Amino acid sequence: MTEFGVDVSAEDIVDTLSFFDDWEERYKYIIDLGKELPPLAESAKTEQNLVRGCQSQVWLDSQLREGKLYFVADSDAFIVKGLLAIVLAAYNGKSAAQVADYDIDAYFDELNLLSHLSSTRGNGLKAMVQRIQNEGRAAL
Amino acid sequence: MSHFDVAEVRSRFPILQQEVNGQPLVYLDNAATTQKPESVIEAIANYYRHDNANVHRGAHALSDRATEVFEGAREKVAQFIGAPSKDQILWTRGTTESINVVAASWGEQNLTAGDRVLVSAMEHHANIVPWQMIAQKRGANVEPIPVDADGAIDMAAFESLLDERVKMVAVGHVSNALGSVNPVAHIIELAHKAGAKVLIDAAQSIAHWPVNMVELGCDFYAFSAHKMFGPTGMGVLYGKRELLEAMQPYQGGGEMIESVSFAGTTYNQLPYKFEAGTPNIAGAVGLAAAVDFVQGLDRSAADRHEAELLHRARAELAAIGGYPLVGKAESAVAVLSFVSDFAHPQDIGMILDQQGIAVRTGNHCAQPIMDQFGIPGTVRASFSLYNTHDDVDRLIAGLKKAKMFLA
Repeated sequence: MTEFGVDVSAEDIVDTLSFFDDWEERYKYIIDLGKELPPLAESAKTEQNLVRGCQSQVWLDSQLREGKLYFVADSDAFIVKGLLAIVLAAYNGKSAAQVADYDIDAYFDELNLLSHLSSTRGNGLKAMVQRIQNEGRAAL
Repeated sequence: MSHFDVAEVRSRFPILQQEVNGQPLVYLDNAATTQKPESVIEAIANYYRHDNANVHRGAHALSDRATEVFEGAREKVAQFIGAPSKDQILWTRGTTESINVVAASWGEQNLTAGDRVLVSAMEHHANIVPWQMIAQKRGANVEPIPVDADGAIDMAAFESLLDERVKMVAVGHVSNALGSVNPVAHIIELAHKAGAKVLIDAAQSIAHWPVNMVELGCDFYAFSAHKMFGPTGMGVLYGKRELLEAMQPYQGGGEMIESVSFAGTTYNQLPYKFEAGTPNIAGAVGLAAAVDFVQGLDRSAADRHEAELLHRARAELAAIGGYPLVGKAESAVAVLSFVSDFAHPQDIGMILDQQGIAVRTGNHCAQPIMDQFGIPGTVRASFSLYNTHDDVDRLIAGLKKAKMFLA
């Protein structure tokens, strides 16, 4: 599988988003990031890979290769998919310890997107982050 | 025809005078909960400032006052819905608890193996799951009344489902997901002819029209204060006296008993036998203020105002294109439920939120009807009497922008 976020780093995303000063540009960029996510094969959209969110569906697949974790994620909603891309940029190609220790709240705070991580938003993002963190811990 | 002064009514709702994401709030999530007028907020605050005490117990002035406002609220609600007596008004936490009381207490005594409970296919989960729980316990079955492609109950199919094994028909007066208004009077008539009892879930209709329990003739009627400009955590269950008398209490505790000993306990009379523990006194006070608010309005003028908003919103939504309506029942309240050809409902909701427009997206706790229509959910813009034509314009402009973004 090909992964998103190996070429685009979390720092790149923070830099680009901080450059925009209105929500429309920010959201256009987020939606475009989502479009760059490689599609998840239909065969990987399994019950096991489904992350329970309230509204849109989110799937997450992962692999451990040479001590590094790689994630592929997909959603049926564009903006959620863009947010997934932002999350994957922070985690992909990192070691288990890096994944487990990464401060995602600080990252989202920096992006001014913290409200999207709130569990009340029901976009499955929080649940996905938790699953990524669990996989990081499990691979330690 | 009297004119409805929406600006005046709107000015009584402090929460609506704010900005969200840098723009004046457009609140179109009224089917989830309505906002509260100043008079309701004040009534609750004043109760805690001046009258707070436990009811029916204390031998002191405050307790007397609290009991007076609490029971006064019950009397007011009885008059509001045309119930024969205030003893038939039971306080609950909301519509959901009201339905659970009936399902658990009435169902326990009246459902046996092979009995049938009919609910419409577009019910809220709160009017499905409590019936499934008791049906499973009693060996009964819960069956859907078919709903057509427009979101209207198929009355012919309903009639053919009725037989002597149908013991309960539980339907919403208005669908929360689609806004369809169900012909409850006809449903009650047919169900009674077949010997079944009828529960009406009035959560979505109570804010809209005057009702009269005696004329309507339903056996149970459930609604929430918070969907009619009152506080959350407060609800009403009305029931026919003979049914409530025969039912066993739902919960045990203080207040609901007449005498307690280890040899045996006898229960209090109606309505107290269903009200274990210290009740939501401030909630009752707030609900009474909400009833005053509603009764102080010209309700038919308010209804016409909402119908105008719906008419315009439907026409302009169709003109944008790419936003097919879900639920096109001829008889409907001001709810615009739709999907989009180019994005997920959640995408639309997020773009609207950025523009200060509050709508609900998702399955609206009505998964079976979403499955029937083969959609993951809808965008639901639900209007109330304080919404304006300007709100419709903002919604339409917001949806045009969302289309530009996502299509």
